[in-house]
Amino acid sequence: MDSPEVLLLARAQFGLNIGFHILFPTLTIALAWILLYFRIRFARSGDPAWLATYKLWTKVFALTFAMGVVTGITMSFQFGTNWPGFMLKVGNIAGPLLAYEVLTAFFLEATFLGIMLFGMNRVPGWVHIFASAMVALGTTTSAFWILALNSWMQTPAGQVVQGGQIISGSWLQVLFNPSFPWRFTHMLLASGLTASFVIAGLSAWRLLRAPEDASARATLRTGLLLAAVLAPVQAFVGDQHGLNTLEHQPAKIAAIEAIWKTERGVPLVLFAIPDDDRRRNDFAIEVPKGASLLLKHDAGAELKGIDAFWPDAAPVAPVFFAFRAMVGMGVLMLVAAWCGAWATRGKRLPPRWMLWTLSGFTFSGWFATLCGWLVTEIGRQPWLVTGILRTADAVGPASGAQLGASLTGYVITYTGMFLAYMVVLTHLAGKGTQA
Amino acid sequence: MSFDLPLVFAAFMGLAMLMYVVLDGYDLGVGMLMPAADAREQELMVASIGPFWDANETWLVLGVGILLVAFPAAHGIVLGALYLPVAWMLIGLMLRGVAFEFRVKAEGWHRELWNGLFWFGSFLASFAQGFMLGRYITGFQPGMGYTVFALLVGASLCGGYVLLGATWLVLKTQGVLQGKALGWARWGLAWVALAVALVSLATPFASESVQTKWFGDFPSPRTLALMLLPLATLIAGEVVWASTGRLKRGEPQRDWVPFAAAVAIFALAFAGLAYSLFPFVVIDRMTIWEAAAHPSSLEFMLVGVLVVLPFLVAYTAFAYRVFRGKARPGLYP
Repeated sequence: MDSPEVLLLARAQFGLNIGFHILFPTLTIALAWILLYFRIRFARSGDPAWLATYKLWTKVFALTFAMGVVTGITMSFQFGTNWPGFMLKVGNIAGPLLAYEVLTAFFLEATFLGIMLFGMNRVPGWVHIFASAMVALGTTTSAFWILALNSWMQTPAGQVVQGGQIISGSWLQVLFNPSFPWRFTHMLLASGLTASFVIAGLSAWRLLRAPEDASARATLRTGLLLAAVLAPVQAFVGDQHGLNTLEHQPAKIAAIEAIWKTERGVPLVLFAIPDDDRRRNDFAIEVPKGASLLLKHDAGAELKGIDAFWPDAAPVAPVFFAFRAMVGMGVLMLVAAWCGAWATRGKRLPPRWMLWTLSGFTFSGWFATLCGWLVTEIGRQPWLVTGILRTADAVGPASGAQLGASLTGYVITYTGMFLAYMVVLTHLAGKGTQA
Repeated sequence: MSFDLPLVFAAFMGLAMLMYVVLDGYDLGVGMLMPAADAREQELMVASIGPFWDANETWLVLGVGILLVAFPAAHGIVLGALYLPVAWMLIGLMLRGVAFEFRVKAEGWHRELWNGLFWFGSFLASFAQGFMLGRYITGFQPGMGYTVFALLVGASLCGGYVLLGATWLVLKTQGVLQGKALGWARWGLAWVALAVALVSLATPFASESVQTKWFGDFPSPRTLALMLLPLATLIAGEVVWASTGRLKRGEPQRDWVPFAAAVAIFALAFAGLAYSLFPFVVIDRMTIWEAAAHPSSLEFMLVGVLVVLPFLVAYTAFAYRVFRGKARPGLYP
């Protein structure tokens, strides 16, 4: 086994890449469907305002999609370069799922994207709508396979051991493993919320400059209404996902709630500074019996603490804080969406302070999604595949120097790409449909 | 199942890699040629590859995906040994990929910067791929000589992609730009000749088993039949030279012939390489059967491949049909 520094560098590099990558699909998965909606509205009404709206957001989509494609290709290589032990151990399960993603999703979206972006004047309207629908279907299908794989890594099911190899006993059980349905729904809703806040936020940004822009007003309303509907649904699904985690990954729940000792009538820790070295909470503000009540609907119920899993337990502090940041942002998003939806009723223009606030919420979905991924991925440690493969046993032969050099290269490239992305997005949003 | 599944997947992987090299090869080649053209020509050049590059690059993911999925044991060795050039290639592909969008959406000096990065990314990715090929066919052996060889293959693959890119432009453009592309194609061809010669000569030196396969019992019917490969490659090269010459002189000549002949050169070189390597997936170290994943996984994937492939071919063909003919300006709004 390699030194802890190499493991840390390998994780830092993969974490950076996957964290950077996830931003873009999170936006494009739902944006593709919203674009399809704009496109169909134009086809039905023939109103050039819808066409202009479609074209503006297609530009945002194309840019975001390109960022997602290139960082995604990087990930497909880093599975092998950073975690060769992963493929050796569970490649017979993970491999086919990734292969199906390429075959059924990547080619579909990449090929029809060309027609969607550049083919409007070359094909009949219905073919163009079909191409847009295929792109949307491709992005969602891609999420299906990736979430199936991730869920299987969290809550493995359907595999059997044969001749020392882990292979699939039932592909249906592998795909529809216990955490998959809730995780997939949670992710799609996260995408919907991310896209609606990006649309609402950038439209608000435009309206601060041009309050009469009809297209920006329409898209502000669309984004806010969608968010206002999705946010409470997400709250419900997130709760169900949490209960599912309690059933299948109790160690993660112990980290999320900073429960160190297994006991009855566990308090709900609202805030604390978890100390992983001494295994206790400092400065804790607690609701007595709250966690038992919330998670088991019984104030006296027993909950497993970190001690039940030690030493195979996740670091508590990052999981604890990331979870609270995610939920906190989710609550703020719900309030913002409902207030915004109320303020835009009957084609009203919200006051400037609210437009500023909504602009500030543009990337709230990204923030919450990243926090959620930190919770679920760090909360699974030290396992890469729960109960089957440890992260430390999957790390590759790359030396610290190689990892360090390539990490530097990636950091510089990503920083540059991200700055450019933000500059162009702000520029497009500022000009609106005149861009 | 009576199929030899590892063999089937080795064939799929080879096909995916060849598709990748040819398809992304032409668009990376066009990217590398950008500095040789003026701003108006650059717009046409990007328009000729804009609708295709993304799907082209997907073949790389498929090829590496099959390596990963069907030959997991080899995947670790190959990508582990190629760790740094893989990182260069990825950075190159990233810069090039996003530059498609940024070079038209950015303003002022940013636009110039992204034009530069478009070229640099295309070049870096191509060079890194050639370097990796050079390391791969010599079995990742350490030493200065092998590194220099890999650098030469890197440079040669750039030339090969320039040939593909230039002949693609011959097909997709007209007038002055097509004239320029004809000149570029002939330069690219010279590079390719060097590349093919280099790789053909070096591979037998690097590996005894490769040498035996080509020249072991020379002259025998088998080895003589094998000489058809270099012969056909020479003919394809001659077709590129002659057809671009005719087009230059304005004589009647179909504009797709140079590209088709360039693709033939790549396919023939690829066939030679495949013959050299087979049945190894890591040369002289690991055969495709030793590296193969469990049959249950391969069977599950085979179903997917067989069901999806016809659709994939159909809609790819449809996309190329939609954008057939000469590239027009104004593709990027």
